[in-house]
Amino acid sequence: MEFRFTEEQQMIRDTAEAFLAEVSTPAAVREAMVTERGYSEALWQQISQEMMWPALHIPEAFGGLGLGFVELAAMQEQMGRTLLCAPFLSTVGFAVNALLVAGSEAQQSHYLGEIASGKTATLAFMAPGSRPDADAIQATCAADGDGFLLNGEYRYVLDGHTADILVLAARDPGSAGTAGVSLFVLPADTAGISRQWLPTMDQTRRQARIVLDKVRVEGDACMGAAGQAWPALAKILDLATVALAAEQVGVAQQSLDSSVAYTTERVQFGRTIASYQAIKHKAADMMLKVEAARSAAYYAACIADEALAGRPLGSGLAEAASIAKAYCSEAAFFNAGCGIQLHGGVGITAEYDIQLYFKRAKSTETLLGDAAWHRERLARQLLDGGVA
Amino acid sequence: MKLSFSPEDELFREEVVSWLADNLCGEFEPIRFRGGPGDEHSFVEERKAWEQKLAEGGWTCIGWPKQHGGRAATVEQQVIFNEEYARAGGPGRMGHIGETLMGPTLIAFGSDAQRERYLPGIRAGREFWCQGYSEPSAGSDLANVKTRARLDENTGEWRISGQKVWTSLAHESQYVFVIARTDPESVAHKGLGFFLVAMDQPGVTVRPIEQLTGTSEFNEVFFDDAVCAAEDIVGAPGEGWKVAMGLLGFERGVSTLGQQMLFQNELDEIVRVARANGAARDPALRQRIAEAHIGLRIMRFNSMRMLSGGGDDGSLQKEAMIYKLYWSSWHRNLGKLAMDVLGAESEIVPEAPYGLSRLQSMYLFTRADTIYGGTNQIQRNIIAERALGMPREPRG
Repeated sequence: MEFRFTEEQQMIRDTAEAFLAEVSTPAAVREAMVTERGYSEALWQQISQEMMWPALHIPEAFGGLGLGFVELAAMQEQMGRTLLCAPFLSTVGFAVNALLVAGSEAQQSHYLGEIASGKTATLAFMAPGSRPDADAIQATCAADGDGFLLNGEYRYVLDGHTADILVLAARDPGSAGTAGVSLFVLPADTAGISRQWLPTMDQTRRQARIVLDKVRVEGDACMGAAGQAWPALAKILDLATVALAAEQVGVAQQSLDSSVAYTTERVQFGRTIASYQAIKHKAADMMLKVEAARSAAYYAACIADEALAGRPLGSGLAEAASIAKAYCSEAAFFNAGCGIQLHGGVGITAEYDIQLYFKRAKSTETLLGDAAWHRERLARQLLDGGVA
Repeated sequence: MKLSFSPEDELFREEVVSWLADNLCGEFEPIRFRGGPGDEHSFVEERKAWEQKLAEGGWTCIGWPKQHGGRAATVEQQVIFNEEYARAGGPGRMGHIGETLMGPTLIAFGSDAQRERYLPGIRAGREFWCQGYSEPSAGSDLANVKTRARLDENTGEWRISGQKVWTSLAHESQYVFVIARTDPESVAHKGLGFFLVAMDQPGVTVRPIEQLTGTSEFNEVFFDDAVCAAEDIVGAPGEGWKVAMGLLGFERGVSTLGQQMLFQNELDEIVRVARANGAARDPALRQRIAEAHIGLRIMRFNSMRMLSGGGDDGSLQKEAMIYKLYWSSWHRNLGKLAMDVLGAESEIVPEAPYGLSRLQSMYLFTRADTIYGGTNQIQRNIIAERALGMPREPRG
């Protein structure tokens, strides 16, 4: 059993850490987060063309690096640590995984190639006010000759207003639940699509609303068999969930590190406040959370690798994803919240970064199911004898 | 990263499983799943016989080097043994202090004569040990021991006087290892010695401590000029702290997966109760049961990280540093969950006058988990100071 990074994985992690420390500085984050786009195009070009990160777990046959999900998780963790503003989770966590799981060879060849060469992408499935299960899919797809006609509205689409490529979930008119679901992949500039930035509390990641008004696509835009895409979409969302959980580990880690640094400098009553047990015990609880979260996220990343490769251990993906997301969500929120408290008054100022981590912790908690949602999904498995 | 055990280790697992299936039955059937934490007072004679059965099969002290009677099992194999042992319902080990603490300490720090004298009895499952560390005024502050060891110039023997407390299995053990002060003028961790003392002598008195469960796993042990042979000090006088701390480092997490299997048995029972009595339909309890499941799974992933090494280069294994705080807090919550799932029935004791059910006993005894072996508060100090590098508390 080798549940630790290989030397190569450690190197990839260290490279990501060093690169992000240079490019995703607090100043760079604050600059990017007030723009409508939400990220620096120049930085994205650097990330995708020099570092080739979006190509990380794209197979070499499609122009990718052919690495695995553990490497992806390692990178995502570092991105969380520096609050990187970039369409990475949307492009890689959602769209690349969608193409890997559900794309035809032609779709993979075309779109994965585009992503490897710097295009961005995202996945839209949630109707306004929905929770991230099959009922969230309310957009419709009706057969129209050889193709389909898509209609409906999505919200909470990560980087939806800027993505070059869209993966869309829609359902047969009149269908409900897990039945009748289809997935499509298409260029974002297809006629009939309107997109609008939705300002968010967490300014370090963009969300958008997408409206489909009689969008006509050819049959070859459909991923897999029409009407039968739910199992594939569920798997895609689980994979994205694992990537997101790894990001939360980074948020939790940095919230702890910056709090330890701050309390070590801050002097009251003639002592650095980090020497008080009231402070130390809080920090110890935060370290417990982040280490347990890390164990959960990397276990899930290993299982995600197995799932993508179609090996038997991969059948545990949904459970591993829910365990990781439930725990990492609460760890990130706990640590960022404690972080504000440990910073004292400056913790609630705009000037200090801990507030940005607090906001990112919450946005990642809500995204793809909060802790309670994932616990209920596990409870159904444990207590109802059914499947999640 | 790789999650699976090697094919060789899986073969070893099969060997363990089949030996347990063939031997943990018949006369030993009643002691399956018994004698664990909180239940150590149960089936003592049967469990002693079981220790000898294990020894005959070569399943005691498997991690010891071959020259000392072990199998030189790898860490992975020890983990597998502990896991399968717990899965099969193997009873709480009477010999675990000798096997996991005393033996490795003698192998590392003892003299040849001490190894020859004491290791075979441990290996054979015939001689049991208990631990003389804590005292009434030396709990978290272990270095504050007051028990004294004085060299009797007439006989050349050591004479030990003082009191130890929280001594598990003292009344069932032939020997105790004791930290005592060899230099009466010394303070803290200087001037201590590490002694091997026979329990069956006039100078040693054992008094059981009745716990909140109504049972007595722990004891007070009084030493009143108890005799210890000159050659039964491990290391030199003054080196006791080094030996004592070395001993605490030997456990190395090989029992963690076995411990988690016991926890899994408890959680499974809670799930069965919840499904039977309708608690499984209560949304708040569903959340807590799922949370317990999540917590236990992550405990396993965390152990896998611990056991996959790292830290060989002297770097800290942070996942290992949180382990005690993590499992003790999780288990304490599980105890409360068990009672809440049982509802009104949780109050009713199955046997008069105070024969608690397994879950009731677990619930009460989990309050000890966050205290013994380093309280949660001490754990947090250690994490903050050693892992996070925060300044030490000024010590008086």
